[in-house]
Amino acid sequence: MHTTGVTSPLAGWWKPAHRSEKIWATVAFVWCMVLFAMMPFWHLKGGQNPSGTRARVEPEAFRARVTEFVEEYRVGEASGIPIVAPPPGSDIYLMGQMWLWYPVLRLQQDAEYTLHLSSVDVNHGFNLYPFNVNFQVVPGYDYALSITPTEAGDFRVVCNEFCGVGHHAMLGRIIVDPPGTQVGSAVPEAAVPGGES
Amino acid sequence: MSPVASGSADATASTSPASSLFRTCPSTGLSVHRSADALIKANAVVATVALLIGGIAAILVLLTRWQAVHLLDAVWFYRVLTIHGMNMLIFFILFFEMAVLYFASAVLLNCRVAAPRLGWVGFALMVVGAGMVEWMMISGRADVLFTSYVPLRADPPFYLGVILFAVGALVVVGIFFATLVVARRERTYEGSVPLVTFGALTAAIIAVITLVHGAAIYIPTYLWSLGLMDVDPQIYRLVWWGLGHSSQQINVAAMVSIWYLLGALSVGAVVVNEKISRTAFVLYIAFISMASAHHLLVDPGFGPTWKVVNTSYFMYMAVMASMLHGFTVPAGVEMGMRLRGFTQGIFGWLRRAPWGDPGFSALVLSVVVFGFVGGITGVTFGTEQINIIAHNTLRIPGHFHATVVSGTAMAFMGITYYVIPLIFRKRVAFYGLARWQPYVFSIGMLIFSMAMTFAGSFGVPRRHWDITFPDAPFELAYSPAVDLVIGVMAIGGLIGAVGGGMYILITVTSVFFGKPLGQDFSEAALEGSVPPGVYTRPFLELPTEDVELEEHGRLGQMPGTMILVSIFMAAFVVYYFVNWKLLSFVWKVG
Repeated sequence: MHTTGVTSPLAGWWKPAHRSEKIWATVAFVWCMVLFAMMPFWHLKGGQNPSGTRARVEPEAFRARVTEFVEEYRVGEASGIPIVAPPPGSDIYLMGQMWLWYPVLRLQQDAEYTLHLSSVDVNHGFNLYPFNVNFQVVPGYDYALSITPTEAGDFRVVCNEFCGVGHHAMLGRIIVDPPGTQVGSAVPEAAVPGGES
Repeated sequence: MSPVASGSADATASTSPASSLFRTCPSTGLSVHRSADALIKANAVVATVALLIGGIAAILVLLTRWQAVHLLDAVWFYRVLTIHGMNMLIFFILFFEMAVLYFASAVLLNCRVAAPRLGWVGFALMVVGAGMVEWMMISGRADVLFTSYVPLRADPPFYLGVILFAVGALVVVGIFFATLVVARRERTYEGSVPLVTFGALTAAIIAVITLVHGAAIYIPTYLWSLGLMDVDPQIYRLVWWGLGHSSQQINVAAMVSIWYLLGALSVGAVVVNEKISRTAFVLYIAFISMASAHHLLVDPGFGPTWKVVNTSYFMYMAVMASMLHGFTVPAGVEMGMRLRGFTQGIFGWLRRAPWGDPGFSALVLSVVVFGFVGGITGVTFGTEQINIIAHNTLRIPGHFHATVVSGTAMAFMGITYYVIPLIFRKRVAFYGLARWQPYVFSIGMLIFSMAMTFAGSFGVPRRHWDITFPDAPFELAYSPAVDLVIGVMAIGGLIGAVGGGMYILITVTSVFFGKPLGQDFSEAALEGSVPPGVYTRPFLELPTEDVELEEHGRLGQMPGTMILVSIFMAAFVVYYFVNWKLLSFVWKVG
């Protein structure tokens, strides 16, 4: 005799499952194991992991480091924001604040950098256009990610965490030069990215 | 299809010792406590009001994100988006779930509500709390969006309103537990509670866990807003998501319970195996925190080990639970239909199913869209590394509109068409329209959420007033494909809004101006004004003796379901690995 979900089951309802249910439960279980295993596997073999090194940082201390970084490697200015060209392998900084990404970064293709992300006021969201790479930027925390730009171009950093009424105006820029470009050479005019890639 | 056992229904009313406090349901024969009736009605009505407010906000948000229209200014866009989120995800859903808890305890167990007066106190707290939050949002003193991430700051009454609302909900959950105890002690049912009640019980337990997280974050945040203490932004995100996503796990448990309920009422769906279904519900409780960690996968506060472990607890058993229900619900429908004689071929039971019954169509649409779109995208985006290409893009709201709107809200709408005759004892107004409502709503929301997810894969951010960036220091123009996809999203959303409007029109008219039902629950008296399950009572047509169903070779006794879940599995595997492939194309990061 069968019961529905609205009636009390008959005594002794702890019965063996149907064969079809057993098959499905096995398939689902194996699949869940695959879902789990893919994450450690990608840490070993994959090139994209949100690990980084993470530390607490006072917003004002972070701002001071960014200022120092900008003074050291400044090569120009775009829309009133300094352009900074740090050497490959160095620590680079991107600061979120209402409603600006500071500074503009100028990087070399295929070089590795340690990108420090933090905010000096509220939460912001790092979204790299057009590659769709996303990280949460939280005030009080320094998220240091090693990044390797694998393609040259003129990229944008969209803020994708609501940060107040000017949120939509918060748009930053990362320029990636082809390998071998001299640091200090002319900065390309702000092209509209996305079209050529 | 005449009723099989209609005689038993009317006879018991006068023999009950407290008959004035109870009425006997002419369709199911259950005796219903009048306090349960009243509390269900009150909560359902307020839920519908919240749905209306949230729905109007939804249209305004949609017409702003549709860049061709771009209706609201920036201030009002974020304000209305806050209103949309709070009304839909908190007020509509939780008031409705309070009604579900009274139904699954007092009504299904033939029992009185424990402490009905306290039930009204809880209800009043929830209404007052919600009212305070609404007032703060509309008056522009809480432009902090649904998540209210510290240090964005709202005025203190906003947080206080949320706390009052949560306390009220906790009171109702406590009454639910007490009602279960009363039913057991007064022996109003035999053996174990029905599966639907068991599912509601898991939802209630998860609600306690959720509301404790809510207290743990909103009380400090309230004090912070008064300047009395500090709240760390990362800790806020951690604890807040213990509330924010766990509350979605309440929705899932409540929705799955309603799947079983709709199956039983509309087609006499059976429980294929009580052990499997109940174990799957218990897994939801044990693995509740998993999905909360999905929101923190690209946050700076947590290391990779924490992320991998807390996303999965090594084995993704909450995903397993949903996959089990995704099998047992259609399998129960198939088996019920086969037991009632619809044994033709592999899909004869589906072809002959009552597709014009809005309870049944809502069930099918809810299961399919929740599983295929909401479930698959959710698990994929909740993978530690894949989250890099999904976090805070439109892919995320694309995912949760498929779960919480096309899944949960659709199931809630479907059950409403049975609640109107069985609890409100009214005919369903505009019944011809009601037969179409699930299709309109679900197809609209399906187009909407798929287009939204697709736009997100171009990197388009969620919660963004203007993706043409007119005020930004640099230019950015998304691919023209994005304009097209956003246009499709807008059209889908508007179709969904029409479906939501149909629901509100039907329910409000039925409840306040509808024709009352008499005691005559025959087909002749009711046809064309309520879902057919109300008078055909398919669960009474199930055979009372053991029947062995035909084996279809390797597909077993439920061959149709086996084929359907195989298609689901294939879609899941493809979508999951395509996303790993997409991830491998982006910059190296680690």
